[in-house]
Amino acid sequence: MKARIVVGAHYGLKDWLAQRVTAVVMAAYTVIMFAAVLGGATSSAEAWRAFMGHGFIRFVTFLFIVSLCYHAWIGVRDIWMDYVKPTGLRVLLHVLTLLALIGYAGWATQIIWRL
Amino acid sequence: MPDLIKPRPKFLALNEIRLPLPGFVSILHRVSGAGLFLMLPLLIWLLQLSLGSTPESASTFKAVAGNPVVKLVLFGLCWAYLHHFCAGIRFLLLDIHVGIEKQQARSSATGVLVVSLGLTLIVALKFLGAF
Repeated sequence: MKARIVVGAHYGLKDWLAQRVTAVVMAAYTVIMFAAVLGGATSSAEAWRAFMGHGFIRFVTFLFIVSLCYHAWIGVRDIWMDYVKPTGLRVLLHVLTLLALIGYAGWATQIIWRL
Repeated sequence: MPDLIKPRPKFLALNEIRLPLPGFVSILHRVSGAGLFLMLPLLIWLLQLSLGSTPESASTFKAVAGNPVVKLVLFGLCWAYLHHFCAGIRFLLLDIHVGIEKQQARSSATGVLVVSLGLTLIVALKFLGAF
């Protein structure tokens, strides 16, 4: 049997939980948006802008954006950890993923915040 | 007792492994998540165009979203989102020990595939103007 090197206590539990909490946030947001589309929020460009500019929708959309980026970070990091063995390359991919997601979060937030 | 020493596979022959349905749903969860991550810039860009107040953004949005290749990609992403959503809810339920019996887990895996593909078809037909 190969010796396992375990570093730190309850390693990964926080991320495991965060992945699930962010999933629930996004699932709830998906249901809200689905209902909104059925209710005519996308019937015209003006209606869509007015809907997304509403205070509550802007609030929950921001929560969705942050949840998505955190969730994607954990998921994509797991993919790199599973398949990319050379440490240097893996660390590089981790950093690029993080930087991309932070940038996306800022970009998407700015889109809804200037409405 | 040489009989007890079973020959263990030394590698995973991917072409010889028959993945059970729940395993198939699981790997598609990863594939769909990866696809959504890779296409995030396109989706955020489309959000930006759809919410733009200038006539240029409206016409760019129409041109981009009306492109057949982009449309195909968007339907693919629609499936990815719906599959990730359905399979994700299944995993959350499994986490709290709902449906962990073998038969139930198989049925729910089938359910995830059927519901996500069905919803994708409905959305695609809606956007293609079938109803």
